Amino acid sequence: MIRENFMMALDNIINNKMRSFLTSLGIVIGVASVIALITIVQSVTGEMMSQFESMGADKITVMATGNALKSGLSTSDLQELEEIPNVSGVSPSVSITGSAGKRGTLLDEVSIMGKNETYFQKDTTELIMGRKLTALDMDGHTYTCIIDQDIVKTIFPNENPIGQRIVVNGQGYEVVGVRDTESNSDVMSGINSSPSSDGTIIIPYKNALSLSGSSTYSNVDIYLENTDLSDETNTEVEAVLDAAFNYKDDSYKIVDLGSILDTMNSMQNLLTTLLTGIASIALVVGGIGIMNMMLVSVTERTREIGLRKALGAEPAQIQTLFIIEALSLSLIGGIIGIALGLTISMVAILLIGTTFSISWGAIGLGIGFSVAVGLVFGWTPAKKASGLKPIDALRTD
Amino acid sequence: MPEEILTMKNIVKEYEMGNEVSTILKGVNLSVQSGEFLSILGPSGSGKSTLMNIIGFLDVPTSGEYLLSGRKMSGQEEKLLAQIRRKEIGFIFQSFYLLSRQSALKNVELPLIYAGVDKKLRHEKAAEMLKKVGLGEKMNHLPRQLSGGQQQRVAIARALINDPTILLADEPTGALDQKTGHQVMELFHQLNQEGRTIIMITHDVNLAKQAKRVVRILDGNISEEVV
Repeated sequence: MIRENFMMALDNIINNKMRSFLTSLGIVIGVASVIALITIVQSVTGEMMSQFESMGADKITVMATGNALKSGLSTSDLQELEEIPNVSGVSPSVSITGSAGKRGTLLDEVSIMGKNETYFQKDTTELIMGRKLTALDMDGHTYTCIIDQDIVKTIFPNENPIGQRIVVNGQGYEVVGVRDTESNSDVMSGINSSPSSDGTIIIPYKNALSLSGSSTYSNVDIYLENTDLSDETNTEVEAVLDAAFNYKDDSYKIVDLGSILDTMNSMQNLLTTLLTGIASIALVVGGIGIMNMMLVSVTERTREIGLRKALGAEPAQIQTLFIIEALSLSLIGGIIGIALGLTISMVAILLIGTTFSISWGAIGLGIGFSVAVGLVFGWTPAKKASGLKPIDALRTD
Repeated sequence: MPEEILTMKNIVKEYEMGNEVSTILKGVNLSVQSGEFLSILGPSGSGKSTLMNIIGFLDVPTSGEYLLSGRKMSGQEEKLLAQIRRKEIGFIFQSFYLLSRQSALKNVELPLIYAGVDKKLRHEKAAEMLKKVGLGEKMNHLPRQLSGGQQQRVAIARALINDPTILLADEPTGALDQKTGHQVMELFHQLNQEGRTIIMITHDVNLAKQAKRVVRILDGNISEEVV
């Protein structure tokens, strides 16, 4: 029955090629724009967000400006921060500008950064050679460092830098690792290091602190286990910091990339919904087109409907025939629309330069939309056809 | 042994036209035996089309009793009427009413689709029925590729396909020339001889007289005609 109806519907659609084409065009445009918009928005924002995430969305950065009584965070404050649930590690960051060199070569504008072992555990960038700094380097009396390629080029142009000694602000250090100059994608340390520097040297944080002449840390990264809970963790971090600074206002700032990411996420969802909503207007217009054509078709085929009824077609069978016809029209439009939408988004994404990935959700939405449109807008004409009285229908000329 | 297959008792049909009620059928009594070939003769406006619609379950009477094969048919619901039409009535119309884009075979198959017969059996039955009306060679022709007489024979095959109790023909030769009209009547006679009950509605006295029995309808009243 369904099969026969489908064949009859197809026959009718093919027989009215131009009309059917123009009618489904609304659905084609609607579905194509829904698919294209969703795919483009998702792949562009997805790219943006994954870049953002790699910049350190899994951490909260505290910038402790301090106040008259306390200039920054003490080591015991760091321990308290580390004990907060969902905090997987705390990494203070000390950055100063100083000199570095060996006999004969001296760079006097080097950015010296003090980091702890947590930083190296969390930082995913691989070193070019050598090893990272570990907990064993952090006792405050070990003088090991990691230098970047700029420094290698100027100080050790033709040598293997690993194991060499380098003098940092008057203190001798052993080079244990080399990293890429560009590797530091971390937003916050990017802000801290001066762009005109001759290079970056990373030394154990305690050593850096004594070099800086300060006794407290002004810059601390707090790493999270679960970024979904960043809001809760944030609140607890604030509580610890408030206590640390004795509830004095403006003693610290929190930069939370995770919550920025959350905001971006919800903005992406909002944007997707909004664009889908706008594109859906085209679908509704397309649906009205289908309804219009179906109503015309019912009127044109009144006598055929009467005949079918005289031959024993039940109202439900007539209704099925017309609903299937509407459904076929919108589904054909939907399939063409999906193909068109994917092509458009593929080209657009290629031009934008991000990676194209087929969004199955969008395809499902496209098919779902066209089926829904066919059903909703086919219903009324089909109902009208099924309700025709056979004698009235047969009498029509 | 002929049995009474159609009984109408005091059938009244009224139509409301605005505020006025016009009575089209004024208490029609009619009984038809199985195997009869009956003509209902009447001029236009006599109520013969209304009577045909009621006999064919395309319409329901305002009052009165209608028994088909002894069963009282008082269903008002369109779904039920459709089922009765499908099983009991084979319609033949003046202007054939074939689906123009479907082959002769598909047209004949149509009632079987609504009866839920599967495709293979449908094909077999329809092909057999087309052979019976002499169109075995033209099964895959579209209606426009057939002559008027051939088209009407396709329609007759379609009417017979569900093996109906009554073959109900409305001016079956009205759109045909005399010769092909005559051929269609021949086919009716042949079917009647095979035991098929036929009711033919016409305004043509000569045509009506070809039936074994003629009833005349005038102004909503029916009267038996002695042939």
